Amino acid sequence: MEKNLLLDINTARTNRRAVILVRNLTNGEGRLIFPDGLEENDPLAAAAKARFRSGKSGREIIGEQEFFLNVDLPAPRIVVIGAVHISQALVPMVRACGFDLTIIDPRTAFATPDRFPSVELLPEWPQDVLTDEMIDKYTALVAVTHDSKIDDFALETALRRGCFYVGALGSRKTHGSRLDRLKSNGISEVQLARIDAPIGLDIGAASPAEIAVAILGQIICALRKGDDF
Amino acid sequence: MDADILKTAENWVAEGRRIALATVVDTWGSAPRPTGSHLVIDAEGNFEGSVSGGCVEGEVISEAIDVIESGTPKMLEFGVADETAWRVGLSCGGKIRVFVDQVS
Repeated sequence: MEKNLLLDINTARTNRRAVILVRNLTNGEGRLIFPDGLEENDPLAAAAKARFRSGKSGREIIGEQEFFLNVDLPAPRIVVIGAVHISQALVPMVRACGFDLTIIDPRTAFATPDRFPSVELLPEWPQDVLTDEMIDKYTALVAVTHDSKIDDFALETALRRGCFYVGALGSRKTHGSRLDRLKSNGISEVQLARIDAPIGLDIGAASPAEIAVAILGQIICALRKGDDF
Repeated sequence: MDADILKTAENWVAEGRRIALATVVDTWGSAPRPTGSHLVIDAEGNFEGSVSGGCVEGEVISEAIDVIESGTPKMLEFGVADETAWRVGLSCGGKIRVFVDQVS
């Protein structure tokens, strides 16, 4: 394999681009396939398309040649709206699972480097920093400020951008009024049903750390067993 | 794909080390690491990553050093069924195929 392929894969990964490294196991040749660069007459086109969807690496036999398709989808990223106690508990857990993490909260009293050392922390309004690059289908959005002025825009953006997980903190009553607001902003019933609220797996979590476990468990479930991957 | 391993591979190449990349390309039964898992090996036998839970890495590393010397890719097979043919096997009862190729 040529080293340039290695550099190109790592660049794609840095830029959160899905990529497949194809190895011809018969002669050792390698090349890359990107979802937007698929040529229809490529003998591996159908297989590559299916594997971009499933995320699973595996072997393909075309004629006399054996190929290995090594699929690399962007690492799951968790964007947390709210630099609160639960978010602090989430930091080491998310890191242990190997997911990327960004925390956003315009309330500068909450979003301090002292409370969140060595984490990407943006003390800004979601509407100012939630770009298309940050929110994609490989992103889980967790809204935990309890404040509709901060949470609502982020939730709407996550639903519109097809995040694989969208969760919001709040009682059933709070969530009911949230759904009314989002609906009047033009979010469909089908999209609204994608919000997990009250957030987290129903494990009777009591402390901030236990709630963080419940949230992370729900995100992993959506990632590994959900329909989107 | 193990992206951090590929990043390590890139760094090693940048340092001028001669390396090989081992990739799990097939698994049957209860295999410890999924297809697409990587092990990067240099000519001195240093390595990062895993292709099994530690059962067959030693064999993969010595084969990889041969691949770095010869430049010819190799396909390795490991499994309990092949115990007589191979010096090492997978105690979990699975079977894997590992493709080893140098990065040039």
